[in-house]
Amino acid sequence: MIDTLRLTAEEAQRLIERGEVSGAELHRAYLDATAERDPELHAYLCTVEETEGGGVPIALKDVISTRGVETTAASKILAGYKPPFDATVAARCKQAGLPLIGKTNLDEFAMGSSTENSAYGPTRNPWDPSRVPGGSSGGSTAAVAAGMAPWALGSDTGGSIKQPAALCGVVGLRPTYGTVSRYGIVAFASSLDQVGPIAKNVRDCALLHRIVAGRDANDTTTVELPEPIEIPEAVDLKGLRVGVPKELNEAEGIEPGVSDAVNRTIELCRELGAEVGECSLPRSVEFGLPCYYLIAPSEASSNLARYDGVRYGLRVEDGDVRTMYERTRDAGFGDEPKRRIMLGTYALSAGYYEAYYGQAQKVRTVIRQEHAAAFEHFDVLVSPTSPTIAFELGARTANPLAMYAADLLTIPSNMAGLPGLSIPCGLSEGLPVGFQLIGRQFSENLLFRAGHALEQAIGFDVVPERLQ
Amino acid sequence: MAISRAEVVHVARLARLALTDEELDRFAGQLDAILEAVGKVSELDLSGVEPTLHPLELSNVWAEDAPQPSLPVEDALANAPEVEDDAFRVPAG
Repeated sequence: MIDTLRLTAEEAQRLIERGEVSGAELHRAYLDATAERDPELHAYLCTVEETEGGGVPIALKDVISTRGVETTAASKILAGYKPPFDATVAARCKQAGLPLIGKTNLDEFAMGSSTENSAYGPTRNPWDPSRVPGGSSGGSTAAVAAGMAPWALGSDTGGSIKQPAALCGVVGLRPTYGTVSRYGIVAFASSLDQVGPIAKNVRDCALLHRIVAGRDANDTTTVELPEPIEIPEAVDLKGLRVGVPKELNEAEGIEPGVSDAVNRTIELCRELGAEVGECSLPRSVEFGLPCYYLIAPSEASSNLARYDGVRYGLRVEDGDVRTMYERTRDAGFGDEPKRRIMLGTYALSAGYYEAYYGQAQKVRTVIRQEHAAAFEHFDVLVSPTSPTIAFELGARTANPLAMYAADLLTIPSNMAGLPGLSIPCGLSEGLPVGFQLIGRQFSENLLFRAGHALEQAIGFDVVPERLQ
Repeated sequence: MAISRAEVVHVARLARLALTDEELDRFAGQLDAILEAVGKVSELDLSGVEPTLHPLELSNVWAEDAPQPSLPVEDALANAPEVEDDAFRVPAG
């Protein structure tokens, strides 16, 4: 009997190598766990019964094109769409022999922080189904937390891997911009989107990252990794300089229970041998959120122009071609994509471009410079991943600005193109708290080492109590 | 007010969205509140600052101009709502 709640991907790989279990048996075990738990949680939009490959099975966020398997980005406008090709990351998983368990739920077009914006219904948090899993990769993080996948891929624009990883008590990496191919990924905001791994622990995250990362000729924004990805073994943090940005740790809206768990973890960094000091990112935190909510919607308004009822997806037949476009887009997009398309269209329109998009790009330079200055003194910056633990379904859906604030602490480093790792660091009110580690560009190996050492010392139990 | 209802109507037209009156009412208020909030970026004087267009400073990424197999026509058309003679068909006008 395979305990999918506890089995790590690395252990699963070892079982396969020893011949104790086959890839097909593992695949079946995760499909069975999904059949049991997913009617309540709704982490998957679809599952795949056939086993293709003999390795450790995987779940993919439904922005990742999978040849012949429906890919909707949780939007009605892509209902029924079966990509004629695999995204590079899906192809690399196939080459590594990882059978696909299914495609995971998300906020429509990855726009949201709770997975409630899915056109196919929300995902629920395995720790407490009355609460959200975070988002937008909430389907992937819930699947891993509930033992319905040993690991998964998500995508992160403003915090869509790190924040749901935090709320579901799993590990998630947003890689350095340019390290993982976006070829075949449903585009949201192209200067920010990155694909990254989600798993139960840091070593699994590193193993999956090693499979998918690296230059891809089909995505000219990707680069060669400066060093191969290492699987971390560190047990201490000796010599590591840990910076605690004041504004990221004292921002308005951070819950006391979150601060407590994060402060204990910072203390643990000291105990493990790190030098800990305070630093400051004043404008990054104050202006990060407004900067993001100009740049991301602007780029989205351009990227989502392709959904026009011509080549794939929904078409609403009505009169001439222009009316067809307008009716198709009104019927096919949900509220959040519409809001962001409108916001972006406005910010890019004649007369407003410089004041909004142009100014936001300059703010982005300021954010990069502030982070670069902090990294002159520190190797890693730490903070809560999310200001709050998982919130109740429906608590923020009526107020877009309240929902946007969920990404307050993940956005600044994303704007700077930096990698960030979220690891679970404790519980508050019985729900997981995430600890964010931010590194310099291409410092994934260092983040994995620090995350692994901390993870060993924290000893967080990744299995939600109610499922034990 | 950061944005008027008339401007929202104009933006919806630019974005090719046939919004209903109910949607226009709802989005007008929400977009106004969001634009108020994001307008904060104008508080900074950034006249001498270069914009960041892209997080990595890449330029002129070249590739060999070598022919590659391309998507078969039937695959490219397989998801289309309407097809005619190996082409996507759209309404007239």
